Amino acid sequence: MITKIEISSKSQSKDLSNLLLKTSIADLHIKTVTDIKNFQVFYLLGEISPSEINKICEELLVDLITQDYAINRSLEIEDNTMWNVEVTYNPGVMDPVEKSTLKGIRDMGIKTVSRIKTAKKYHLSGSLSEQEKQLIFDKILGNKVIQHIVQPDEEFFAEPAKYIFKRIEVDLMNVDDNRLMEISRDGQLFLNLAEMKTIQDYFKKSGRNPTDVELETMAQTWSEHCVHKTFRGLIDYDGELIDNLLKNTVMKVTEELNKPWCLSVFKDNAGVISFDENHDVCFKVETHNHPSALEPYGGANTGIGGVIRDPLGTGLGAKPIVNTDVFCFAPPDYPREKLPPGTLHPKRIFVGVHAGVRDYGNRMGIPTVNGALFFDESYVGNPLVFCGNVGLMKKNTTEKTVKKNDLIFTVGGRTGRDGIHGATFSSGELTTESEVVSSGAVQIGDPITEKKMVDTLLQARDRKLYTAITDCGAGGLSSAVGEICEEFGAAVNLEKVPLKYDGLTYTEIWISEAQERMVIIVPPENEKEILNLFESENVEATVIGTVTDTHQLQLFYEGTKVADLEMDFLHHGVPQLTRKAIWKKPEYEEPEMKPPENLTDSLKKILASWNVCSKEWVVRQYDHEVQGGSVLKPFVGVANDGPGDASIVRPVLDSNKGIIISNGCNPKFGLIDPYAMAASAIDEAIRQIIAVGGSLEKIALLDNFCWGNTNKPDRLGGLVRASLACYDIAKIYETPFISGKDSLNNEYQVGDTSIAIPPTLLISAISIMEDTTKAVSMDAKSPGNLIYILGDTKNEMGGSHYYETLNLKSNNVPMVDPISGKKIMEALSKATAAGLVLACHDCSEGGLAVAAAEMAFAGELGMKLDLTNVPSSDNLKRDDKLLFSESNSRFIVEIAPECQDQFESLMEGNPFGLIGKTTPGTKFEVIGLDKNKVINADIFELKEAWQKPLRW
Amino acid sequence: MNKVKTLVIRTAGSNCDYETVHAFKTVGSEVELVHINQVVNKKTILNDFHILAIPGGFTYGDDISAGKVLANELKYKLKDQIQQFINNGKLIIGICNGFQVLVKAGLLPEINLHGGDQQVTLTENDPGKFEDRWIYLQPISQKCVFTKGMTEKVYYPIAHAEGKFVAKDQNVLKKLKMNDQVVFQYINPEGGSADYPWNPNGSVENIAGICDPTGRIFGLMPHPERYFHPTQHPRWTREGLKQEADGVKIFQNAVEYVLENFF
Repeated sequence: MITKIEISSKSQSKDLSNLLLKTSIADLHIKTVTDIKNFQVFYLLGEISPSEINKICEELLVDLITQDYAINRSLEIEDNTMWNVEVTYNPGVMDPVEKSTLKGIRDMGIKTVSRIKTAKKYHLSGSLSEQEKQLIFDKILGNKVIQHIVQPDEEFFAEPAKYIFKRIEVDLMNVDDNRLMEISRDGQLFLNLAEMKTIQDYFKKSGRNPTDVELETMAQTWSEHCVHKTFRGLIDYDGELIDNLLKNTVMKVTEELNKPWCLSVFKDNAGVISFDENHDVCFKVETHNHPSALEPYGGANTGIGGVIRDPLGTGLGAKPIVNTDVFCFAPPDYPREKLPPGTLHPKRIFVGVHAGVRDYGNRMGIPTVNGALFFDESYVGNPLVFCGNVGLMKKNTTEKTVKKNDLIFTVGGRTGRDGIHGATFSSGELTTESEVVSSGAVQIGDPITEKKMVDTLLQARDRKLYTAITDCGAGGLSSAVGEICEEFGAAVNLEKVPLKYDGLTYTEIWISEAQERMVIIVPPENEKEILNLFESENVEATVIGTVTDTHQLQLFYEGTKVADLEMDFLHHGVPQLTRKAIWKKPEYEEPEMKPPENLTDSLKKILASWNVCSKEWVVRQYDHEVQGGSVLKPFVGVANDGPGDASIVRPVLDSNKGIIISNGCNPKFGLIDPYAMAASAIDEAIRQIIAVGGSLEKIALLDNFCWGNTNKPDRLGGLVRASLACYDIAKIYETPFISGKDSLNNEYQVGDTSIAIPPTLLISAISIMEDTTKAVSMDAKSPGNLIYILGDTKNEMGGSHYYETLNLKSNNVPMVDPISGKKIMEALSKATAAGLVLACHDCSEGGLAVAAAEMAFAGELGMKLDLTNVPSSDNLKRDDKLLFSESNSRFIVEIAPECQDQFESLMEGNPFGLIGKTTPGTKFEVIGLDKNKVINADIFELKEAWQKPLRW
Repeated sequence: MNKVKTLVIRTAGSNCDYETVHAFKTVGSEVELVHINQVVNKKTILNDFHILAIPGGFTYGDDISAGKVLANELKYKLKDQIQQFINNGKLIIGICNGFQVLVKAGLLPEINLHGGDQQVTLTENDPGKFEDRWIYLQPISQKCVFTKGMTEKVYYPIAHAEGKFVAKDQNVLKKLKMNDQVVFQYINPEGGSADYPWNPNGSVENIAGICDPTGRIFGLMPHPERYFHPTQHPRWTREGLKQEADGVKIFQNAVEYVLENFF
């Protein structure tokens, strides 16, 4: 028996979601929809009495104060003047509401309901053609990757076919190269010919053919995503041979700097640095680009869910304490008619990704304290979604131990067909076909399952019940078990893995990337205790195998061996790639232009540009204060809405010690010179930490490279240059890299043309602050104080937001002089530590003018500046360039007049200039080099320009 | 028993437990953070405590509606124990998700653990989204144990998607006011009646928190435990560090009440 329950809000007319839907439909140029209503629908399977149904409705499903309901009938009249459509998840897509609802019903003592399915129903009044209906479903109501329209004969509770075991071999012994590539392509293995031949040779030597699961395991383990073939390969860079780019740049800095507080770098799921006498902290940032392009909500959802499991799987496990996120999209006003086929509109991607990160982070109870958003048209086919997580570890828990006869456990969520081929899929290029072919790679997250798992694992950690832990991320069990047992060997019984539903083959079980799962290694004597603990928290934990000493990875299904691979070959057999790299600086004709008449308008335009404008709409929807450690929030100032630089969090509530989190990213510079782009990103991330009162003493960096197709020599050349910059700059700043990740092949193929993203390096930085009560915010504090600029302003307009608003290109991209930058930052840190700095703001996007204006309106104070004293080593003589140049290593600082001498003597030997003062009132004025007023605006007018674009 | 003891209940999706435990500990209570399963399995456990706190979070994902599944669980599995706890004159506080649970379990505005006829509810914010922002509150109730002696406006953050307070009808509202059960009202910075964003969710009559007729059961949407340390204030870098954060008093009052009445 199936019971259908329909629920609706009593105030449909005021329901904002209906209004939003209406606007979105109008955006599709469909103007006939006059009214929209939405209904929540539950289908209950099981024998229940009418009184039980009533009870379920009135006590559990329906809020009688705000909602109406109907049982086995429509709540409202349905006729042919409306399109009556119901949207539900595809079979196999996880819907957490089903689980919670079932729990609620069981808690009420009703045991006969066995399954639940939910749907969302809409009434759209007005005439619509079939084509328009399809369009509305595809673009707004659903995503066919995970959802469909309920059909009249829909079988909600169809049982999936039982799996009948059959061991499958793939003939590799006697096939030619063409067939090898066919096998790779057809199986979505994304292995190249050299790799396929290496595998063929291995099996020829073993005298047998591989099974399908062996081939899949190779493909997962050798995927770009898991093994970073490009970075670790051989690169011919214009005649110079680089063997392992990563080792020669990013990792080399860390090795040479050899900081004692770097405790675990580049070997675990996250990099670890020391925090206080009882704790360490670890930090990881990952991308989830490809899934987010296809299903923004689910892609971003599982992106943040996935990166939380990195610190959780670092050492013996960390408590997640901070989330960060950085997105790169095409502009939200991108013309619909220009959209390449197969892509979603950037605004839909933006809203979906944002909601995905928000819902997962908020439900996990992890504050999202730092992030950024960048817009460029080249992200139209490949949006970038970076998710980061910081974890708090117990001291001396960075090492894992594994020994023979230990038990291999999976804990947390169940395994389903979701996310098959994620690792290999993310290593290839997206095409117009991707939404059809690779849709299995997309999943929806279940944050509550993850939260329970985290709560339970941290208790098991503190009771020392397991000795090793890792996350089940890309490549699923294949990667997790393969890695954690690499030194010993493993025997896994795949039929033991708990499944969401029947029908999975042994290969699917092994490579599924279902979310919210971890693998732990448990000494046999702790088996009972750990099972009891997990049971007491309603979290599943299952023994799926044992650690062996065979140095083989052995898989069984109901006793039959289905895989037997040498660990050594699996992990070290991948042939090193040799690739060509060249780099030639693009030559733009240097524009000659007169400064615009009205620089106030230029300032407003920059403030209102997508990159610079206020992101409060985004941040307000993140819980950025949960866990109670917030010290410096993302938004600061009189009205709590000025753009702060780095964020500060106190993870241990009875201590004033904190961590500072920031990021730097400058994709606009990447199109001119990836070296300058990378150098600027590092400088910016560090600058933000210094701006809030941090120091260079203890800053660690993470790198996340997102690039186009590095098989193309020019793209790879750019990557080499960016990596070289990482070494050069971080070495002098003495800021080691502790972890990183790359996402290559971010190109969107439409027919013969390929849209590549701008070379993008995100630098995330973390620092330890001894006393967070010394923090400084960016809002101007009181009238009559002195405003200084620190650092050198140069003729570096390339990639600037000023030039962007004028549609101009320049070769003069901002470079970094780390020796000078370091001196400036050290002097500034001394001044903040001495309590001299009242406010300080990082001078970045939009330059001096934007930074100063933001300080003024955040502090609700006027400012009067004079450009005469802005230091410029290349003798810049133009007001517009002094105002809007984005030269690196600069800060705007507010100092009380009585501290002038002390501050200036600390700054001695550095480029700095006293450029004006804060004033009572609300005027923002700038005097140009020829003593004329070049900017004259009211701060609230500037603030309005800055806030308006994203006030959604 | 010679020490004030607080039980903080947690379950799948609780997430303000760490700071809630910290708050009670700092004001001198012993605190245990216990999973609902353990409370259900060991029915006498509540006897060991004076204060029961349900922290914020998204219990069971806030599936169906915020706090609903946990409320249902309390009602069906712990009815008698909770009734006994209340009869013994002890204290209950629900913050954010905890408030949603208390209302939906029939513990607020008055005890009705037997199902049916919910008097008030907390529903989707008028702006239709989750928001984290700081708001001003005027303490009103003379009766509520937790806000005793608080007369000045306080500043706390809210962080929720379903915090709009709605009553079943005018009579319920009237009764709440008559009985002095409205504990906190949202106000604007000048102290006047609040519109968005100062009333962040569209709550009827700006109601942010209520208590039961005895003043011993208290629920509120804002987070006093998130303004417990002076550096949590969003403007401490311009206004200076306050001697005592606005949230401390709530927890102190609870502990003091227990000391006065149980020792």
